[in-house]
Amino acid sequence: MMTDQADPAPVAQETGFTTVARKQLPWLYTLAHRLVGRERAEDVVQECLLKAYRGFDDLRDVEAAPAWFRQILMNCVRDRHRRESVRLREEPADPRPDYSLYRKIAEEDPWPYSDSVHLDFLHSFVRADVWNVLDLIDPKYRVPLVLVHMEGHSTRHVARMFGVARGTVLSWLHRGRKHFERALWEYAQEHDLLDEPRGAVR
Amino acid sequence: MISCNEAVRRLWAYLEDQVDADDRTRVEEHLALCRRCCGEAEFTAALRDLLRSTTGPELPPDVERHLTGFLDTLGKEPA
Repeated sequence: MMTDQADPAPVAQETGFTTVARKQLPWLYTLAHRLVGRERAEDVVQECLLKAYRGFDDLRDVEAAPAWFRQILMNCVRDRHRRESVRLREEPADPRPDYSLYRKIAEEDPWPYSDSVHLDFLHSFVRADVWNVLDLIDPKYRVPLVLVHMEGHSTRHVARMFGVARGTVLSWLHRGRKHFERALWEYAQEHDLLDEPRGAVR
Repeated sequence: MISCNEAVRRLWAYLEDQVDADDRTRVEEHLALCRRCCGEAEFTAALRDLLRSTTGPELPPDVERHLTGFLDTLGKEPA
């Protein structure tokens, strides 16, 4: 870090915004899609690019560009989630808060000859199926689910990010996981994944 | 001892080491005596691994074209 010298010239003077931003597009899109789903990912990335463009003079080190873009994207996602959370507070209690996919599979027993029916069920889902299932989950539950269980953030970090109590994040996560479990079963039924077990996740 | 529902409700947090010491003890006491919940704990760990190991999704070519076009438009505007 430079402390005794004047601030370095803004990156914009040396490298154009378009050149720097274009390099970030693949991973920015991936992160946005993971967090908010296919339908909203492109919008969120555009919003991020617009904010980044307006603040590009603040970026002093081109090597910091990924972290800088990531923070802007996360702020865009957070702001959208806050708007969604207004609806969340008005939502009635989940009528089946203790839904268990494990028990559902045991009860329905789609492959009676298998001695590993639960793992066979999970192995029926290829990568694209998992993303399709996540796309079925409302973003207000999906965002914390992805941040904690896919991106590896702690619940405390997510609570700070959204300015809510940790208990609120735990409640979102619980609901999100139950939505995910129910969506896995319904997706498997609708897409004939229960016909016969498939191989490991690809 | 806590019930199966109470134990299952804590499983994800337990597996991710995000429960306090009291809850950890409660879950472990339950798992020591309940075979079905042990199966559910193994399944929950596999479900968590499925989420963790799912990579992508990648940037589709048509979306890349849209976003590149958007960047070009921005680049032509006065800053």
